[in-house]
Amino acid sequence: MNKLIYQHIFRFVLLVLLQVYVLNNIAFMGHLNPYLYILFILLLPLETPKWLLLISAFMLGLSIDYFSHTIGINIAASLLVAYLRPGLIRALSPKMDLGQGVKIGIRDMGFGWFFTYSTILIIFHHTTLFLLETFRFNEIWDTLGRALMSAIFTICLVILSQYLFYSPKKKQ
Amino acid sequence: MRYLLAFLWKHNFFFLFVVLELVAFMLMTNSRNYQGAVIINATSEFSGGLNSASANIRNYFSLKKSNQQLLQENTSLLQNQSGSYLISDTGFYYKDSLYRYIGAKVVSISTHKRNNYMMLNRGIKHGIKKDMGVISAEGIVGTVIGVSKNYCSVMLVLHKDARISARIKKNNQLVNVVWNDIDYLYGTLEDIPAHLQLNYGDTIVSSGNSFIFPEGIKIGTIENYFNEPGKSLNSAKIKFSTDFNSLYFVYIIDNLMTPELIQMKINSIDE
Repeated sequence: MNKLIYQHIFRFVLLVLLQVYVLNNIAFMGHLNPYLYILFILLLPLETPKWLLLISAFMLGLSIDYFSHTIGINIAASLLVAYLRPGLIRALSPKMDLGQGVKIGIRDMGFGWFFTYSTILIIFHHTTLFLLETFRFNEIWDTLGRALMSAIFTICLVILSQYLFYSPKKKQ
Repeated sequence: MRYLLAFLWKHNFFFLFVVLELVAFMLMTNSRNYQGAVIINATSEFSGGLNSASANIRNYFSLKKSNQQLLQENTSLLQNQSGSYLISDTGFYYKDSLYRYIGAKVVSISTHKRNNYMMLNRGIKHGIKKDMGVISAEGIVGTVIGVSKNYCSVMLVLHKDARISARIKKNNQLVNVVWNDIDYLYGTLEDIPAHLQLNYGDTIVSSGNSFIFPEGIKIGTIENYFNEPGKSLNSAKIKFSTDFNSLYFVYIIDNLMTPELIQMKINSIDE
């Protein structure tokens, strides 16, 4: 259990640094900006208490805001993701056995499940983030377009990271 | 009361979510009136240290380009030296200097968000105050919105709240520069009187009407101008003269006359 906590704290720090110092400087095709840091909330263990989900989302958003001259928008977007997560997991896997030791990821849940799960949450996150950043009604379509394109970019990175860091299940 | 508490406890997930979201929105609205950037400043000392470490690595790769920029700037300064002019009779000259320039290095910058900021390695220690202007060798860059001991954060022209008073150089007409595109190369020129005809390449400079920027700092050139009939004020697309993506050295402008100007403005309102 302790090992698990350290692993997630390490992932938190790593994702924040990666986001702030590498990904924030990426402007793919002009202005597409991936927000991979949300992967931290996506990958929190299934057993995480709900209040801890919200608190860690708050801390995550705060750290990102702190380094990128924005206050509040990353917090609000991450909180929404943390709030939607438990319901979405229940809706996506009504019959699946979510017992001890099942980790969220392609390895345990399968590609289709994980892809749907991360796509929905990332699109919610990016839409909120971009709308709050712009905060103007007359640019709404432009903003939504940018949010969607960036979301696709982030989803690609999330899937890629799954294949980079998790070996497929070994048959016993 | 007991039922209320039970109700709150039953839906504690939802209520915690609402409370935290409210905190986030409060932080957001406080930082929107851009004095609220103070929150950022109180904490920017730490992130500034980390940022300058990463900037040191990044800048190593752009040394060639920044050398070139410095060379260009030196050339134009040499040309402006009194020795390179044939001085005839000058009527008068300023005994005091009007502006003080403080060189600074960019520590972190964003250019492709809707609201963009940068951080410079100059702070209270170096005499930086809020609302000072920032320019580069190529043109206008932004305004200081917050200062900590060693660092300051700057709101770039690439911001939805940025609005710069400008002049069309060829006929001195007053206009405003804003940024509505998401492309850091182009801005929008607003409030152009309809009777004016603008051409591709006309220069836009700062007006000198604010206390922030001196007169005549280059902002950009006209890229595209549509004269719509029946409208009293037109707008145009301009190309910024500053390449925000390759900023390395900038200058913070201290207007030495600001206290006097503000005092005069207060006096004139009183009367």
